[in-house]
Amino acid sequence: MASGIRDKVAILGMGCSKFGERWDAEPSDLMAEAFEECIADAGIERSQIDAAWLSTAFDSVNVGPSALPLATALRLGYIPVTHVENMCASGTEAFRGACYAVASGAADFALALGVEKLKDTGYGGLPARTRGVTNDLFAPTVSAPGAFAQLAAGYRGAHGIDGDDLKRAMAHVSVKSHANGARNPKAHLRREITHEQAIAAPMVAEPIGLFDCCGVSDGAACAIVTTPEIAVTLGRTDVVTVKALQLSVSNGEEVGFNGWDGAHFKTTRIAARRAYEEAGIDDARREISATEVHDCFSITELVTMEDLGLADEGQAWKAVLDGRFDADGEMPCQIDGGLKCFGHPIGASGLRMLYEIYLQFLGRAGERQIGTMRYGLTHNLGGHPAQNICSVAIVGHYDG
Amino acid sequence: MPGITAYGAYLPRRRLQRSAIAAANAWFDASLAALARGERSMCSWDEDPVTMAVEAVRDMGAAAPVEALFLASTTHPFAVRQNAGIVAEALNLGSALRTMDAAGSLRASTTALMSALDAAAAGQPAIVAAADRRRARAGSPMEMLSGDGAAALRTGGEGEIATLLGAAMVAADFIDHFRASGDDFDYGWEDRWIRDEGWLKLVPQAVERALAKAGVEPAAVDRLIVPCHLRRVPESVAKACGIPAGAVADPMMETVGQCGTAQPLLMLAAELANAEPGQTIVVTGFGQGCDALVFRVTDAIGATRPGRGVAGWLSRRVEESSYHRFLTYSGVVEREYGKRAELDRPPALTAQYRNREGVTGFVGGRCSRCGTVQYPRSIYCVNPNCGARDTQEPHPMADVPATVKTFTADHLVFSMDPPAYLGLVEFEGGGRTMVEFTEVDPESFDVGTRASMRFRIKHVDERRGMRQYFWKAAPD
Repeated sequence: MASGIRDKVAILGMGCSKFGERWDAEPSDLMAEAFEECIADAGIERSQIDAAWLSTAFDSVNVGPSALPLATALRLGYIPVTHVENMCASGTEAFRGACYAVASGAADFALALGVEKLKDTGYGGLPARTRGVTNDLFAPTVSAPGAFAQLAAGYRGAHGIDGDDLKRAMAHVSVKSHANGARNPKAHLRREITHEQAIAAPMVAEPIGLFDCCGVSDGAACAIVTTPEIAVTLGRTDVVTVKALQLSVSNGEEVGFNGWDGAHFKTTRIAARRAYEEAGIDDARREISATEVHDCFSITELVTMEDLGLADEGQAWKAVLDGRFDADGEMPCQIDGGLKCFGHPIGASGLRMLYEIYLQFLGRAGERQIGTMRYGLTHNLGGHPAQNICSVAIVGHYDG
Repeated sequence: MPGITAYGAYLPRRRLQRSAIAAANAWFDASLAALARGERSMCSWDEDPVTMAVEAVRDMGAAAPVEALFLASTTHPFAVRQNAGIVAEALNLGSALRTMDAAGSLRASTTALMSALDAAAAGQPAIVAAADRRRARAGSPMEMLSGDGAAALRTGGEGEIATLLGAAMVAADFIDHFRASGDDFDYGWEDRWIRDEGWLKLVPQAVERALAKAGVEPAAVDRLIVPCHLRRVPESVAKACGIPAGAVADPMMETVGQCGTAQPLLMLAAELANAEPGQTIVVTGFGQGCDALVFRVTDAIGATRPGRGVAGWLSRRVEESSYHRFLTYSGVVEREYGKRAELDRPPALTAQYRNREGVTGFVGGRCSRCGTVQYPRSIYCVNPNCGARDTQEPHPMADVPATVKTFTADHLVFSMDPPAYLGLVEFEGGGRTMVEFTEVDPESFDVGTRASMRFRIKHVDERRGMRQYFWKAAPD
């Protein structure tokens, strides 16, 4: 049986650009901004990087195809660079590639950098794009909120929840994330909102209103990983290591077979189970200190709490309303503002989540700092509820 | 004996109020108010003669094999790419089929019907479908008087519900209106001349010839179909032919409008629904001359009923009072659709051809090992307990009832009819897929709503003039 990734890879440094409508910045500016912070944190020279992974999902908007944008922006030393794209899970996918390089012994230092430049389209929301000529023959034309709004209909139907109750819980998710984002200088959206504002916001895809949607942002985030042994050699006393790194990709069963209720993410449940096993976590609700989950829409965060086992099935809406995932709750979720307010430059998001968890572990999160961290979990979801890619990463202190 | 063995119809659900047309145009032409009685059917953005013809053929009910399909229209979506071929593939009629587009005149449908009856006489059952979605300039009488719709007939040599007794025609290059190739709109002449020299001379001449061939006295005609938009013309034709005034069929001007070449077959479908054995029906088609066909209703008339039929489609209506929506769907105004609408999706004719059975025919797969129905068909069975390879037999799903499992009203995505409704449907007997919905009433639509699949336009590539057809779910 495979031994897994646990404690084989340490995060040596991380960086993150300011997220937002970066009218001033090219993708290369965003990459350099995140990278400078990261390499300074890692305390190594750029020439020591053995291999790099670049994640970007909407490369046709600006970044461009292949690994060349990263290699040229940072003038990397003709090392192996790989471009990965797995929709909204792309950032974690880049991180996974870098971790595997280190874990295999192929690299001492590997870079994972995610960048997205979305605000060069001339309109709000994610860029419209085709899904390939054959898929376009069959697949409905849908926006991201339209796809995820299905989840609200399915969840409501499966658990017999009143639409107004669900909408209240969804509003609570967003009010919480806005409160968190307001305390994060790098976040895109930094204004608190009220429950009433969230409820009354213009409808985007029923029942998802404007404040149920995450920000569409420009930004970049990156990590340099190495082995725990090298990290210690470099003088690190508090080493943050990767405890689990899982990916689950739909095979079409949800949308094509007859069992799925439309009220949960099959992939998240599978990835979470595998990740807890890989990390050696027996009781996620007690052992995980904070989560950064894929809150592309409020309903996604709410349902994800169940799929990660952090709330009972059909009960997350109550746990949300009880404040369990608020900044001062039992298990803060999106303490950095989340996709909702930190923003969602697709290819960077998985790395941005790790960035916040990493800061929390090292006590560097400023006024967002929560108490002692045992395990931190990040979660991404690419695609639609009916067919998607889910990544789950768990990090913690190195136990030696 | 050659005759009609089945009939069906289709009318779009939206009915534009003629008062709305008159009100919007009163500043320029107050005389339009005189025509502003009742309502006219109008296509939604995703309907055209091809989609309407498919629905009209489906309305005929359980498919008996045919060897030919003729599609008549003066507004065929494609000038080159056989429109009848699209209809045939949507209906999964098989490839051993004679298909042909009839066009060029409002009597294309009745001429095509004659050809279908000839085929039937030669032992080849056939379908003739007719559909039109006529464009007219804003504020024109044609805009006011036209309607959108389709009708279909099946012809055969046995079991007919109406036997052909005789047919005749008068060919005359009588130009009541014309449209040059590539032009958007028709150009017409004075109504009084069209009435006096056209309808009142050419139609009686054709009817007299047909009745003579059929050996039927004019006085014995029970129903006379004159698809004319001009008032009192059908009555005048009857009088000129010696046919009883009570035989004149309703031209459906106040409920539907003049649906181009579909009108004679639409009116015939309406008459057949109320016909009694032994009745004699005369059908005429007018345009650069006149066709006339004489039928005798048989005892089998009660045995074959359409799905909804003309009456069913007439009652399945929503009032449309937005003239601007009509102009937009007609392509008469240049509307701001937003930047999301700019996404360029050129056709991929290779992929289209490879997938045409699944896309145009909505044929899924049924695993021969475990029985799981799946859409689209795939190499490996989707059932996690099966996963067998190459076991999926073709499984037509267009006529399988469906239930809404999840849905949303998407206000963000580009749609010609916002908000865009889409979601997951599950089919009776298994199989599920994500679909776009059409004809949604927000108040009554929810998880659990029953729906049927409809052949519609999915996407229009304006740059290249390509339209992509696919199936959508409509609430029952």
